[in-house]
Amino acid sequence: MIDIVTAIVWLAGSAFALLAAVGVLRMPDVFTRMQASTKASTLGLGCLLIGAALQLGDFASLIRVASIGAFVLLTTPVSGLVIARAAYFAGVPLWEGTVLDERKRDSLRATRGGLSAQDHNNEDLDRDHMKR
Amino acid sequence: MLEIISEIALVTLAVALVVTFIRLVKGPTLPDRIVAMDLFGVLVVGLIVVLAGSSGVRATLDAAIVIALIGFLGTIAYATYVERGDPQ
Repeated sequence: MIDIVTAIVWLAGSAFALLAAVGVLRMPDVFTRMQASTKASTLGLGCLLIGAALQLGDFASLIRVASIGAFVLLTTPVSGLVIARAAYFAGVPLWEGTVLDERKRDSLRATRGGLSAQDHNNEDLDRDHMKR
Repeated sequence: MLEIISEIALVTLAVALVVTFIRLVKGPTLPDRIVAMDLFGVLVVGLIVVLAGSSGVRATLDAAIVIALIGFLGTIAYATYVERGDPQ
């Protein structure tokens, strides 16, 4: 029974890890690549850790596996955020099909007269800011 | 049966490592390569965890913890390097 559950979980986990790698290879943009890598790899590694904990089954390895899982769950979103922010400020170009760049829109809105003009400019800015 | 399953999982993870390595070599910008390195570390941790679970060698889990730590620290260091630019 434990072997069957382990087999299912390991196959699912390695499949998710492969999906993360394919996403990193095939996505068009740094930001979309980072999104594929962080989400799918977290899920895949979680499944692999569950399988290993079921196979080993003693308390010490359970603690180690749980600490790896907690560490990865805590650090993967942080590293994704830091990479995305660094890439944005370093001027890495966005994919040409991108429809919304909220940071650029907000800075444009601030230079156009702040919060008072916000209501009139919202839709125009939402539509136009990608062309600038 | 579990030997076959664990070998399938290991081969799949190895293929994922190769695919990530292609992005690491191709990646047009430095943040692409950082993303690929980050995923590389996570995949190696998964590989070690499957190996520990299938062979029963518990000491390799410590190596997985260390690799996860070093991968996170390296990612943060590279990202601050990219954000600040060249220190000269």
